[in-house]
Amino acid sequence: MRVTQGCFSFLPDLTDEQITAQVQFCLDKGWAVNIEFTDDPHPRNTYWEMWGLPMFDLRDAAGIMKELADCRRVYGDRYIRLSGFDSSHGWESVRISFIVNRPKEEPGFRLERQEVDGRSMRYTTKAYAVDRPEGERYGA
Amino acid sequence: MNMQSITVRGKDRYKSGVMEYKRMGYWEPNYEPKDTDVIALFRVTPQDGVDPTEACAAVAGESSTATWTVVWTDRLTAAEKYRAKCYRVDPVPGSPGSYFAYIAYDLDLFEPGSIANLTASIIGNVFGFKPLKALRLEDMRLPVAYVKTFQGPATGIVVERERLDKFGRPLLGATVKPKLGLSGRNYGRVVYEALKGGLDFCKDDENINSQPFMHWRDRFLYCMEGVNRAQAATGEVKGTYLNVTAATMEDMYERAEFAKQLGSVIIMIDLVIGYTAIQSMAKWARRNDMILHLHRAGHSTYTRQRLHGVSFRVIAKWMRLAGVDHIHAGTVVGKLEGDPATTRGYYDICREEFNPMTLEHGVFFDQQWASLNKLMPVASGGIHAGQMHQLLDHLGEDVVLQFGGGTIGHPKGIQAGATANRVALEAMILARNEGRDYVHEGPEILAKAAQTCTPLRDALEVWKDVTFNYESTDSPDFAPTATPAM
Repeated sequence: MRVTQGCFSFLPDLTDEQITAQVQFCLDKGWAVNIEFTDDPHPRNTYWEMWGLPMFDLRDAAGIMKELADCRRVYGDRYIRLSGFDSSHGWESVRISFIVNRPKEEPGFRLERQEVDGRSMRYTTKAYAVDRPEGERYGA
Repeated sequence: MNMQSITVRGKDRYKSGVMEYKRMGYWEPNYEPKDTDVIALFRVTPQDGVDPTEACAAVAGESSTATWTVVWTDRLTAAEKYRAKCYRVDPVPGSPGSYFAYIAYDLDLFEPGSIANLTASIIGNVFGFKPLKALRLEDMRLPVAYVKTFQGPATGIVVERERLDKFGRPLLGATVKPKLGLSGRNYGRVVYEALKGGLDFCKDDENINSQPFMHWRDRFLYCMEGVNRAQAATGEVKGTYLNVTAATMEDMYERAEFAKQLGSVIIMIDLVIGYTAIQSMAKWARRNDMILHLHRAGHSTYTRQRLHGVSFRVIAKWMRLAGVDHIHAGTVVGKLEGDPATTRGYYDICREEFNPMTLEHGVFFDQQWASLNKLMPVASGGIHAGQMHQLLDHLGEDVVLQFGGGTIGHPKGIQAGATANRVALEAMILARNEGRDYVHEGPEILAKAAQTCTPLRDALEVWKDVTFNYESTDSPDFAPTATPAM
């Protein structure tokens, strides 16, 4: 399966040139670009690990691409996403977020059903990968 | 127009009998509205022979304190404060016999935080007043002091996006079709296929409640099976607007509670349940971490005709106050009413922190929203993947694009239809962000994306010539005029 979080997951994986253009778009808007990685792709796993702080003061797309390359070198077996953060009043949140690196194999999620109260159901979504400890989930 | 106050003052004002509204204190051309006044702009079409100033003063009177004759009991009150004051009357450009009346209302005329109370005055008896041929409420300026008495959207655009973990693109939805007649089991199938294929939301239609072919609990159970399966298949948060519209508040609360218990992120109501019920559900939604979708069922009965009724821009303002998170606000290019400029005005009212007066969009007043949450507009009805560049251009990014027929009618099935829409959307966002002239290059951008996506290729082929080009029945009265450069 393919985890389709982020705003470009239905397109073929972006090239570095395409990623650079999106980073430039964020910088032109005055947003801080943030690099995050995880090996727990649960749809409600909000807090991916941060690759350093959001780059509030870095105004050069090449600099961000270098950080991304460094992050890939260390965590290339995991999901990595880029996001643009807009601190202006009334938003103060993420404006764009997209996956720029994913594991070679994506085993996906198991849906667990717990039958309760007649026909009602409690659902739990669990990534197959998280059966193993963090850092050992997608092989290195 | 008489530009001097002709209000009768002192003891003569309260002599028994009938007096013209414009002499009773409802026409005050020198009045300067206070920052705390509610201001309403009406389009007034008097009966033949009725003096326009008198007609507009009557609207002020009948929507505030007046009755048809002088009453001495006015003197037991601070009557001048409570009288609404018409302070400006303009002929409507290009529309002989109609007038724009600006009317100011003191804040004390209204109960805090109550749309029902506000509307009982502003669109109450006055709309049946005999000396008028027609009356339309065009716009309102709601003072910050009043805005702050409302909860506003239960969730708001930003928190909705955070909860769904979806940023940087419009959201995608589809209304399940056929809208009536599917069993719960078949209905859930459509939800599952569309969400797995790439949509974020599915939607009950406005008239899906609890009918013999599908009772509500059955629908909720099967829909949530579809939602959760699709969530596991994609790793994305998914939702379906479970319509909790019902005959009584007790029924609606029961349905909403069940939706929550099953883990739904969103529920839905129809405009026809009424303002008080909408506000109650908005409070429920805020208490229960639920996104609240509003389908504007019924609005065209009073919003569509230019001479009589209530403009949708006013309904949009009321709904932002009342506290819904989604509202259908037009597509421009689809099958339902809405010219681009007027629709732009509606979208701005939903999404901006401040609306400047923009007559060419039908927005007559500056409006401060005082940090009230933003309301996500929904574009639904007769739109398809081939229009993606136009949709993005007209409607922007914070919008739900709902492709019902444009998903379910896909020749290769529902999943393929959903995928076509999602790929078209992502390709367009990518191109826009790269700085391309996506509006003009739209068809090429879509064609290129279709090279690696067969479902999109099929969709573009099937719907390539579908457009709905009809004259709009409600467009702005003012056109932008070119001014020479200084």
